[in-house]
Amino acid sequence: MSDTIILEVARFNPESDAEPSYESFEVPLRPDWMVLDGLNHIKDQLDGSLAFRWSCRMGICGSCGMMVNGVPTLTCETLLMNYAPGPVRVGPLDHFPVVRDLVVDLDDFLAKLQKVRPWVVRKDDFKPAREFIQSPAQLESFHQFSLCINCTLCYAACPVYGLDPNFIGPAAIALAHRYNLDSRDQGIEDRLDIVSRHEGIWDCTVVGECSTVCPKHVDPSLAIQQYKLTATKEWFKSFLLPRGKH
Amino acid sequence: MSAGKRSNEPVVWFLFGVGGFFAAYFLPVHVLFYGLLFPSGLVHAPGYQQTLALVRHPLTRLYLFALLTFCFFHAAHRMRLTMSDVLNLRHLNTVLAFLCYGGAIVGTIVTVWLLATV
Repeated sequence: MSDTIILEVARFNPESDAEPSYESFEVPLRPDWMVLDGLNHIKDQLDGSLAFRWSCRMGICGSCGMMVNGVPTLTCETLLMNYAPGPVRVGPLDHFPVVRDLVVDLDDFLAKLQKVRPWVVRKDDFKPAREFIQSPAQLESFHQFSLCINCTLCYAACPVYGLDPNFIGPAAIALAHRYNLDSRDQGIEDRLDIVSRHEGIWDCTVVGECSTVCPKHVDPSLAIQQYKLTATKEWFKSFLLPRGKH
Repeated sequence: MSAGKRSNEPVVWFLFGVGGFFAAYFLPVHVLFYGLLFPSGLVHAPGYQQTLALVRHPLTRLYLFALLTFCFFHAAHRMRLTMSDVLNLRHLNTVLAFLCYGGAIVGTIVTVWLLATV
């Protein structure tokens, strides 16, 4: 087997390029190298102008998501060896505007994330004198959804988000669901106002790619379907009791 | 379904969901018996009079009404979403909704008429 591999990396400079193009680099193929190590080799040794985001190198910061051979991938935990003999095509995440090379603009996602209020919302003056007791079963109900690292791979994988940029999207809905299920939280009504709109859960057609690509094994698709059931129950309740506060 | 207000989609999603249950659990049984086992002679087919008597029973009528109408709405919802997303016809959403759910409503009316007059 060859001891090098070709990385075809997307390049785009908004000041000089009309559209992105791919540039090939030959990098060492080492058994312990991730795709991100290959990119860092390019940046350090071959072309310092290559722009990409990364930070922790251990799959927790969620910065280094890119399209690798067309699949949304966390590059710090994906072996280059998996793509031997190559070439490997690395591009910016789909469905987001490209700032430069492999860096995308996440403003849209961050604005949506804030809208669904992904924190513990209390309606009362919540100042417990001691710790809030939560049973293992109560923790289990939302635990998997709390593992989201906001890497936005699910947005790049979601064909609905590609078609309708207004779609709130998998991660934001999964996180809204995570707080709804938390026994300390009282914000379900506030979130329902945002999430049960057409561009919220109802835009989802259960393609399920979000859950397939998630590097933390969160199941956003499940969250959205559970949310649909909650919203449907609330809809029928408000239909039957139009003036009732429920 | 306009932006900024709660969607009315729960209604069609509810019909879609219940229809999915019928389409997954009950419809295959009918297809198996009436599509394969009876015509191939592997299982003795009930005669016309026997089947007619069964269909005329109120509970059978109720069952067939639920099975068929929910399946119509399940199919309508799936067709609408497939056409709008896969064929990229989102701009025709209102027309598609009218055609698909309209078709399911026509199907429901025909079902009621057939079950009432059989």
